[in-house]
Amino acid sequence: MNIHEYQAKELFQAYNVPTPRGHVAFTPDEAVKAAQELGGSIWVVKAQIHAGGRGLGGGVKLARSTEEVRELAAEILGMTLVTHQTGPEGKLVQKVYIEEGADIKKEYYLGLLLDRALEMPIMMASTEGGMAIEDVAHNTPEKIIKVAIDPLTGFQSFHGRKLAFGLGLPTEEINTFIKFASALYNVYMDHDAEMIEINPLVKTGDGKFLALDAKMGFDNNALYRHDNVMKMRDFSEEEATEIEADKYGLSYIKLDGNVGCMVNGAGLAMGTMDTINYEGGKPANFLDVGGSASAETVAKGFEIILKDPNVKTIFVNIFGGIVRCDRVANGIIEATKITNVNVPVIVRLDGTNAIEAAEILNNAGIKNIVAALDLADGAKKAVAAAKGE
Amino acid sequence: MSILVNKDTKVIVQGFTGKEGSFHAEQCMAYGTKIVGGVTPGKGGQEHLGQPVFNTVADAVSATGATVSMIFVPPAYVSDAVMEAADAGITMAVIITEGAPVKDMMYAKAYATKKNMMTIGPNCPGIITADECKIGIMPGFIFKKGNIGLISKSGTLTYESANQVVKEGFGITTAVGIGGDPIIGLSYKQLLPMFEADPETKAIVMIGEIGGDLEIQAAAYIKEHITKPVVAFIAGQTAPAGKRMGHAGAIISGGAGTAAEKMAALTAAGVTVVVSPADIGKAVAEVMKNLK
Repeated sequence: MNIHEYQAKELFQAYNVPTPRGHVAFTPDEAVKAAQELGGSIWVVKAQIHAGGRGLGGGVKLARSTEEVRELAAEILGMTLVTHQTGPEGKLVQKVYIEEGADIKKEYYLGLLLDRALEMPIMMASTEGGMAIEDVAHNTPEKIIKVAIDPLTGFQSFHGRKLAFGLGLPTEEINTFIKFASALYNVYMDHDAEMIEINPLVKTGDGKFLALDAKMGFDNNALYRHDNVMKMRDFSEEEATEIEADKYGLSYIKLDGNVGCMVNGAGLAMGTMDTINYEGGKPANFLDVGGSASAETVAKGFEIILKDPNVKTIFVNIFGGIVRCDRVANGIIEATKITNVNVPVIVRLDGTNAIEAAEILNNAGIKNIVAALDLADGAKKAVAAAKGE
Repeated sequence: MSILVNKDTKVIVQGFTGKEGSFHAEQCMAYGTKIVGGVTPGKGGQEHLGQPVFNTVADAVSATGATVSMIFVPPAYVSDAVMEAADAGITMAVIITEGAPVKDMMYAKAYATKKNMMTIGPNCPGIITADECKIGIMPGFIFKKGNIGLISKSGTLTYESANQVVKEGFGITTAVGIGGDPIIGLSYKQLLPMFEADPETKAIVMIGEIGGDLEIQAAAYIKEHITKPVVAFIAGQTAPAGKRMGHAGAIISGGAGTAAEKMAALTAAGVTVVVSPADIGKAVAEVMKNLK
């Protein structure tokens, strides 16, 4: 789960990680009020969406009067912001963050994430602040300094020194930086974060460090123990069909092809997409129906897949293990009674009682259900059906 | 022969009396696994499925001599269960539970390693040595005995692969589902040398997926140390970047962890990489033919 910049900064502030002051606003009036409350003579109006690259897309602008704050807020609120992380369809901006201007002397990058190979968090810093870290990693990897932090020891000053000297900070700034980095590590660990990214981290004219931006993602498996984070979930930033699927224990991701897929197990679901691609078709979605594959979940799966108007056929690929195929076959037949399925459904059931399952499907006499022999046969039939063959 | 577990392996179940634990423990026993007891705090002294229940893993180990624990406790209690097993001298924990927090696994695995306890999983189907011992939730009947070792991040792709291998007239020595979480126990790199050393295993199938770099590490290891033929499939060639594909670890982040880079690394290491998972069985038949 991801949260907005303004929410991440709330978590930062609670841990004494310095950020500029700011307020969230949903209307131009609220934006002006926020600017007045903050005071000063310069403000930044920032679009709040769950994607990076907002500045380049025109979602972050500087205002030098409260009137300008109003104009910019009116312009940004309601705009569809397209960045390299939103995809070409962009994201609708529904709130802006009004922040006091900062006296920026230098920009850095600071991030925390899990290193899967080391099995511990790593903190990364770079002098190349304000740039996409993926590009820095690719073009000038020597400009990224990394330290692995063993959770058993926690963040130590030497971790901070390694990063600070690596960034070329002068000696008198080292302790301020260590304090900042150490507090950030606590934010990360205490909230079961999956990643934190501050890009840019800035040094101000008076030698302070400020998180000018803040991006945070969390381990979904640990959300149950963080009510404050769970409350920050913004459903409008997520795909409606994915949320609905999740309610029924289905894992669904929309893709841009026309062969709908319903599969048990995440690996086989990806493998099914790959097989469709290999046979010359394009998958319309990823859908893992989980272990049970009951009539209700299958019906819900059909319903969700068919919300996508591009879908020309559905390939049901179930490897029945503990779940018997004859039960799944009955479930599929039941499901077609619950949900109107008006496209060809190619069904491949393998594993326990596969032969009985094929008989059940054939005897049901449902015109648009076609049984397949194996994975390749099913994918071929589905690709042909999608082409209208 | 086989790797890690066989007909003599003594297994206890943590979360023995729960719904999942009971159902699968019974299935394992029916397959022939020596389930010698289980642990449910507060139910010590009772009997369940004809086996003794203990309050602690330490009690279970000293009474039964069990060396392996199969863990079915709810996600929030997984790290506690793993650490208790490690503390009690269990040598391998097979963690079936799905949904354990990553941070918990970070601590649990570090402790297990310190106590020399191997772990498999979490969020995995478990391990099976054909016709001898099943510790997990896989449908046992698919795994006919033979000469192919199997390592996989995905449950249903493990069944799919084993089924294809059997349909081609071959069988399985041991199959290990290593799980698709960001932090897992035994991985390709630790399991490959075990299969290399197992005289009965003639070829190895490895199933990977997008996310992380375990398959890349495996490729480097295979190039240097593995003489037996390896067939591989990497799931998620058509997965979009930045989206989590069901498994917590199956995500292409920052452009890294793609199927293409893993397939290229494995191919360069001399592995037979199939593009379609429907070709796994055929590829195994091919490498086995070339062995003769």
